[in-house]
Amino acid sequence: MTGGAQIAEMARPRIEAMAEGLSTARWTLTEVAFWLVPVACFFLLSDYLVLGSQILITALFALSLDLVLGYAGVVSLGHAAFFGLGAYTAGLLGRHGWGEPLSGLLLAAAVAALAGWLTSFLVVRGRDLTRLMVTLGIGLLFFEAANKAAFVTGGVDGLSGVTMWKLFGVFRFDLGGKTAYAYSLVVLFVAFVFARRLVASPFGLSLRAVRENATRMPALGASVRSRLVIAYTIGAALAGIAGALLAQTTQFVGLDSLGFQRSAELVVMLVLGGAGRLYGAVIGTALFMIAQDWLSGLNPVYWQFWIGLLLVVIVLFARGGILGVADQAMAAWRRKAEP
Amino acid sequence: MKRLFLAATLLAAAPLFAQEPLKIGVIAPFSGPFADYGRQFEGGIKAFMKVNGDTIAGRKVEILYRDTTGPNPEIAKRFAQELVTRDKVDFLAGFGLTPEALAVADVATEAKKPMIVMNAASSIVTTKSPYIVRFSMTLQQVSAPMGAWAAKNGIKKAYTLVSDYAPGIDSETGFKNAFTAAGGTVADSIRVPLRNPDFAPYLQRVKDAKPDAVFVFLPAGEQGIAFMKGFQERGLAQAGIKVIATGDITDDHVIDAMGDVALGMITTFHYSAAHESPENQAFLKAFAEVAADKGRPNFMAVGGYDGMAGIYEVTKKLGGKIDGDKAMEAFKGLKLASPRGAIAIDPATRDIVQTVYVRKVEKRGASYYNVEFDRIADVKDPGKP
Repeated sequence: MTGGAQIAEMARPRIEAMAEGLSTARWTLTEVAFWLVPVACFFLLSDYLVLGSQILITALFALSLDLVLGYAGVVSLGHAAFFGLGAYTAGLLGRHGWGEPLSGLLLAAAVAALAGWLTSFLVVRGRDLTRLMVTLGIGLLFFEAANKAAFVTGGVDGLSGVTMWKLFGVFRFDLGGKTAYAYSLVVLFVAFVFARRLVASPFGLSLRAVRENATRMPALGASVRSRLVIAYTIGAALAGIAGALLAQTTQFVGLDSLGFQRSAELVVMLVLGGAGRLYGAVIGTALFMIAQDWLSGLNPVYWQFWIGLLLVVIVLFARGGILGVADQAMAAWRRKAEP
Repeated sequence: MKRLFLAATLLAAAPLFAQEPLKIGVIAPFSGPFADYGRQFEGGIKAFMKVNGDTIAGRKVEILYRDTTGPNPEIAKRFAQELVTRDKVDFLAGFGLTPEALAVADVATEAKKPMIVMNAASSIVTTKSPYIVRFSMTLQQVSAPMGAWAAKNGIKKAYTLVSDYAPGIDSETGFKNAFTAAGGTVADSIRVPLRNPDFAPYLQRVKDAKPDAVFVFLPAGEQGIAFMKGFQERGLAQAGIKVIATGDITDDHVIDAMGDVALGMITTFHYSAAHESPENQAFLKAFAEVAADKGRPNFMAVGGYDGMAGIYEVTKKLGGKIDGDKAMEAFKGLKLASPRGAIAIDPATRDIVQTVYVRKVEKRGASYYNVEFDRIADVKDPGKP
């Protein structure tokens, strides 16, 4: 078993994962209720929509990593490379006169996907430790390239002067964050439906099989390499969309969008929520960012301590992140209910 | 009757309005690698309020601190949006890092809120919104005077060595332009990587070129120490090469950690804790009382102090009623007696005009200080057209 698989393993017992398989194609009531929460927030928490939009965007970013890490078992510490690439693509478009949001998203996805596809050949070659180093290296390369190309990217000062047109020519990106929130929510949902479909498909199942036992797959006549390349490329494209969303809603791109910090924090969020589950990505992100906002509001200096403590507790006592604990609790409750 | 009633309610509301707190949102990193920036701002702001009270023009001053956790423009922008829409602040202030200031510029413009920059030092910052006013400095403002001063004081050939990122390149440009304009020649320019550079090969190249001085810009802290250690080990001082720099490298906050290696370094900067004036004495005393845990105040604390001074002046002028456009008019041409000396806001650019001092590192008792020995008065930002 590889290290990536170990992280995913923390997510759920193996047999359960297999048994679930294709049957997840139907939407359960819990899921519907889950998606009604952000919709309700739009109406009830109108003072918090800017934070909300950034949570949704980061959730999409976490979702993209979940496909790569949680499902395909490829550990990555450089996923921000694609996020930043998408952000700069959308940002540069907006700066140089093309502020149409949707086409910007698509183009950002295409650019990130291309970069993901090209670099995927390097990534899938090795094993976990190699992959860790290669993805880290790719991330640093992109960061330094953007720093050097200050005449295009603005370097450390960041890319400002990004002008966005109204969404559909109607909705302006307002200070209160209404448009940004609704826009991010719809994009996240569409991406989520896609990811959900993908992981329930035969392709998604084969990814999990690769994660569990990569040496056995060729014996079944399935190419590990091509599957990982596809998964990595899709993950990169989704990360690019998330980056583009952030660039469009904040109308600014900082060099930190490519930074190691962003990649590392993302892994933390994913583990927190539960890797290898799509909802884990969303819940982990929301929890991390709300905790960060709340704790740094209480005391701006020591919030990292509490985040760190939370992570240690989760890793020690809650295998599979928050969703893993929830599952175990449900299972225990069912056992009790059955005589 | 209806009109009378309306007038009556308006009259009743007026004093009520005046008693509402004056809210100032301070956006800066308080945790992460740049945590010192926020802490210094906070110390400076508290020191100012200690000296000048917490009420101005009948309004109690309320400071809302927001932690961006590092160079994080989207969080800075989010806080600015929230401070404007949710907390209804009168002023946005803080801004340690240029990208964070740039990301917020649009919010200031749209909400018509005055935005008081207490550090972010790239030249372009004030051009990004008509509501930005800067109380700190720009990199070229402090590096260009070094060029002029060096050329006048027997340095004919210089070598430049800067960190390879925007502030380093800004400093290099400022120094080079002023130095060559004053008749000096720049032998060569090296840009070293921002992270963990090994100075040995660069220093050798500097030594081989035999310049009169090497102009340096490095982020304050370990790199400055590493550079100076290498400088001495390789015998550049014995070869007659001087080190000249902007004051970032011998920042008051880190200079004691540098120790003896810093002795004799000549720098240009706008503030030194060793500045001799009653204003500075009052500032140091107040800072020590309110922020004893924050160590010696540096130029960022002074930025915070002066930013508050500007806010108080403008609030007084407007009689406590803050309107974005009127406030900006009041900021233009504002003159203050700061702990660093006399400062003014340029009406054309809303950027700071100040005296830049030439200083030398000396040991006083157990501590090290940048002691001022020459000055260039009324320096504007040379980076502006």
